[in-house]
Amino acid sequence: MMGNLLEHMGIDRDRIHFSWISSAEATKFVDVVREISEKVRALGPNKKFVKDYTK
Amino acid sequence: MDTCIEKIRAIGADLLAKGTVEKVIGFADGSIPMATRPIALTSDKEVDKLVFNSVCGLNLANYVSKNSLSSKEGKIAVVAKGCDARNLVTHIVENQISREQIYIIGVPCTGMVDKRKIAALFDDEITGFEEHGDTLTITSASKTETVKKADVLRHNCRVCTHSNPPVYDVMAGDPVEEQTLDHPYEDVDQIAAMDLDARWAYFENLTKNCIRCYACRNACPLCYCPTCFVDESSPQWVGKGQNEIDVTTFHFLRAFHCAGRCTDCGACVEACPMGINVRDFTRKLNKDALELFGWEAGLVLDKRPPLDAYSPNDPNDFIK
Ligand code: SF4
Ligand code: SF4
Ligand code: SF4
Repeated sequence: MMGNLLEHMGIDRDRIHFSWISSAEATKFVDVVREISEKVRALGPNKKFVKDYTK
Repeated sequence: MDTCIEKIRAIGADLLAKGTVEKVIGFADGSIPMATRPIALTSDKEVDKLVFNSVCGLNLANYVSKNSLSSKEGKIAVVAKGCDARNLVTHIVENQISREQIYIIGVPCTGMVDKRKIAALFDDEITGFEEHGDTLTITSASKTETVKKADVLRHNCRVCTHSNPPVYDVMAGDPVEEQTLDHPYEDVDQIAAMDLDARWAYFENLTKNCIRCYACRNACPLCYCPTCFVDESSPQWVGKGQNEIDVTTFHFLRAFHCAGRCTDCGACVEACPMGINVRDFTRKLNKDALELFGWEAGLVLDKRPPLDAYSPNDPNDFIK
């Protein structure tokens, strides 16, 4: 529901990721992080929900 | 609906006189027309102060929770519309109060009016508000307007499908007919139909006038945390200024804390001095709670809200 609300507010679904990884699943962790990084890299820098501290 | 008030007063007086309850929480006239305020009565002599009309938009469940009750307190009666009763049920389910502590005077509800809509009919200050059946007569120094209540109902009341309290000790009137809606979440769907950027712009625009007064939070019976995350300073979860991202963070998290618990009572919107429809956030969650979990908050005493309980059938395809 949290992901759905974020998406409803205009955040790209590919930037939101939920995983269940046990502390023993090191390889799964690596795979998941790689997958997310690739997806997010493909989307380019996020402009929404980012606080601009220079303002 | 005016007719209920005699019954409410009679029930209240009887409960107080017999000592069944220590206090009756209801609505009283406010200091300006078209306003009511919550009142707690301790004597049956005072029941004439109670009113019930179409401007009782606050949620009285907000005035009974662990934080507002002392442990020594006896039973408390609460005048409850459909939504107030649902929030009382939520309080009970969330262990804020026990069922025995509370006496629910249920009021079959015909909806509350949108005061901003009425105020928009006038250029000057409203000086009088009268209600006869479903006709409202509103006056100012310059004119008198007569409107049908149905035309100025709040949005949440227009889409309300639980006008009768689902749980009560006594009813102050005959149940009203519940409506069934073909498109209960039309407003949510309209936002969902926009593209991502338009949605983001919509919510930024929605909250751009927010002054962070937290009236929406304070009016909500669900927000009973002794210290709200926005007031916390160690750690500080969210910036406290007017930065739009901090404002959005506040709204996103406030809404999410109501996920699966919100009754769409509209008290948050009612309380907002800036006329912001903060329900745009909670409505999406309510829609999901219904679609994913078949859940509407506050209808039954023996089930916990979906995000508060685990079931093997919970949708989990979002976990990858
Ligand atoms: S939401 Fe329903 S029960 Fe609550 S005030 Fe509106 S019509 Fe009445
Ligand atoms: S979030 Fe608003 S509509 Fe929902 S329960 Fe709280 S006050 Fe009522
Ligand atoms: S009541 Fe309105 S102005 Fe105040 S914090 Fe809530 S949304 Fe912002």
